Amino acid sequence: MTAPPEEIAAKEALPFAAAPAAGAEAAVRVPRVGRIAYRELAIAAVIAVALVLPWVVTSFVMFQLTQVMIYGLAILGLNLLTGFNGQFSLGHSAFYGIGAYTAAILMHNYGVGYIWTLPAAGGVCFIVGFLFGLPALRLQNLYLALATFTLATVMPQILKFHGLEEWTGGVQGLVVDQPDPPAFLPVDSDQWLYYFTLAVVLVMFAAAANLIHSRSGRAVMAIRDHPIAAAAMGINNSLYKTLTFGVSALYTGVAGALGALAVAFVAPDSFTIFLSIALLVGLVVGGVGSIPGCLLGGLFVLYVPNIAESVSTGLAGAIYGVILLLVIFLMPSGMAGFARAVWARLSRMRQI
Amino acid sequence: MELLLQQVMAGLANGAIYACMALAVVMIFQAIDHLNFAQGEMAMFSTFIAWQLIEWGQPYWVAFAVTVLVSFVAGILIDRVLFRPIRNAPVLSQVVAFIALFSILNSSAGQIWNYTIKSFPTPFGHKPLFGISLMDTHEAGMIGVTLAMLGLLYLFFRGTRLGLAMRAAAANPESARLVGIRVSWMTALGWGMAAAIGAVAGMLIAPVVFLEPNMMLGVLLYGFAGAVLGGLTSPAGAVLGGFAVGVIENLAGTFIPYFGRELKLSIALILIVVVLMFRPSGMFGRRVVSRV
Repeated sequence: MTAPPEEIAAKEALPFAAAPAAGAEAAVRVPRVGRIAYRELAIAAVIAVALVLPWVVTSFVMFQLTQVMIYGLAILGLNLLTGFNGQFSLGHSAFYGIGAYTAAILMHNYGVGYIWTLPAAGGVCFIVGFLFGLPALRLQNLYLALATFTLATVMPQILKFHGLEEWTGGVQGLVVDQPDPPAFLPVDSDQWLYYFTLAVVLVMFAAAANLIHSRSGRAVMAIRDHPIAAAAMGINNSLYKTLTFGVSALYTGVAGALGALAVAFVAPDSFTIFLSIALLVGLVVGGVGSIPGCLLGGLFVLYVPNIAESVSTGLAGAIYGVILLLVIFLMPSGMAGFARAVWARLSRMRQI
Repeated sequence: MELLLQQVMAGLANGAIYACMALAVVMIFQAIDHLNFAQGEMAMFSTFIAWQLIEWGQPYWVAFAVTVLVSFVAGILIDRVLFRPIRNAPVLSQVVAFIALFSILNSSAGQIWNYTIKSFPTPFGHKPLFGISLMDTHEAGMIGVTLAMLGLLYLFFRGTRLGLAMRAAAANPESARLVGIRVSWMTALGWGMAAAIGAVAGMLIAPVVFLEPNMMLGVLLYGFAGAVLGGLTSPAGAVLGGFAVGVIENLAGTFIPYFGRELKLSIALILIVVVLMFRPSGMFGRRVVSRV
C-alpha cells in the first residue's frame, strides 16, 4: 500500500469536506430484507409527532417550531452546497433575503396569492445562485468565502438603497398579510401556517434526499471528494457546481419566502451576515452532509440563543459561545455525526 | 485634483487601520491555515486591557508593553486550551469554534467594561502633519507603525531560525515534524504573535474609532477583505491590500454619482471580487499547488 501521498493529496483536495460517511453510506444503500427499517420508522414517527404538536402546544411554541422548520430548510440549502458539494458560503443570508423580498414584493405590491410566491422566490433565487456560481468557479475556500461574504454584505445595502424604495420599502421594510387558512379546514391561521410550512418542508426534504441519492447527487459528492478524479470520470464539474449553487440558493430562497409569511414582515436588517453565520453554525452543529441534521441545526439556531438569554441577559453571548464550544468539543462532526457514531457502536455490539 | 488628493490621503489613513488588521489576519493564517473570525474581538479585548491599565495610572508605553505581552501569552493559551483538542476536527467545526470565541469575548467585554464609548489616548497626538490638513500625526504614526511591524515580521520570517521553523511547520507539518520541529508549539507561537499584532492594531485603531466592544466588527471585515485582496500568503500583499481597500472605498464614495455614497462598501467589495476573478489567489498570493 502506498497510502501516505494519496492520503495527503486527498486531504488537500477536500478542505471543507464533511464527515466522509454521509454520502458514501447513502449511495450504496442495500435493501434490508427481513430487517426492521429503522430509518423509515424514525421518519414516520417524527412526522406523526409533528402532525399532532399544534394541538398540544401553545401558539407561541408552534410559531417557534415553524421557525425551526424554516431555518432547517435554509440550512438544508447551505448543506447542499457546502456539505455535499464542498463549496463554502457566507452568502446564504442574501439568498434568504432575496426569497423573502420576492415573496413580500409580490404579495404587497402586486397582490399575488401567497402559495405562488414560493415557486417565484425559488425561481428567482435559482437564477441568482446559478449566476453567482459562475464567478465562484474560479475561487476556492477562503477566497470563495470572501466573495459570498460580499454578497451577504451588499444585499442589505441594496435593499435599503433609496433608488429601489418604491419596491422594497427602503429601511422601513414591507408588511405582509399572514395567510388565511382555507375555509374547509378546522384550523386557525397560526396552525395553518405551521401545517403549510410542514408540508413544504417535507416535500423539499424528500426531494433533496432523492437528489442526493441520484446519479446527479453522486456526481455532486464526487466533485467534493476529488474534483480531478470526478472530471476524469466524465463529470462536468463546472456545470454541476453552478447547478448546485442554483439549487442551494433555491432551497434557501424558499425558506426565506416562508420566513416572510411566518413573520409577516421583511426589513433589510434581518438579512445581514449574522444570519449567514447563524445558518453556518446550524449546519455544523446539525451535521455537515446530513439531511436530517439540518432540522437539528434549526432547533439549535432558534433555541440556544434563547436559553443563553434566560441564564443571564448580560452574558448571553458568552454563554452561547460556551455552549457552542461544548457542542464542538463533544460532537466534532455535529449531532448527526454523533448519532451515526453511537448507532454504529450499538450495531457492532449487537453483532457480538 | 485637490479633492482627489484629499480623498486618496483620507483613504490611506483609513487604509492604515485595515492594513494593521490585515497583517494580523495573515499572520494567523500563516500559522494555522484558517481565517480567525475572533481576531478582531481578541484585539478589542487587548485594547480594553490597555485602557484599564492607563485608567489605573500607568504611563502609555508601560500599558502598551504589558498589553502586548499579555496578549501574546493569551494567544498561546487560547491555542493550547481551545484549539489543540479540536485540531483534527473538520474545518467547518473549527470555524464555528472561532465564532464561539468571538461571541464569548464580545459579550464578556461588554459585561466587564460596558457598552459606553470610551476615548483612547494616542502617543502621536492629533496635529496636522507638516502643517497640512491632509493627514494628522496619529494617522501618519499608524502607517509608520504598520510598516515597521511588517518590516520586523519580514526580518523574523526570512532571517531567523525560529521564523524558518514556523514557515516550515505551516507549509508542511509532516515533514517539519520529521526534521525535529515541534509543530504544535510553532502553531501556538503563531497564535501568540497574531494576538500581539492584533493588540498593537487595536491600540492604534482605538483613538480613531473609539473604544467599545463592537469597535472591531467593521474593521475586521475590511481587514479580511484587504488580506484576501493582497493574498493570504503574503504579509506585504495584505498591507497593500488594506491600503487599497481604504482608498477604493473613499474614491467610490466621492466620485461615483447617484449611488456611490450609499453603496461605497458594496462597490469596494465587488471590485475586490472582480480582482479575484483574474487573480484567484489575491494580487500577491502564491498559488497553492497540490499533488494528486
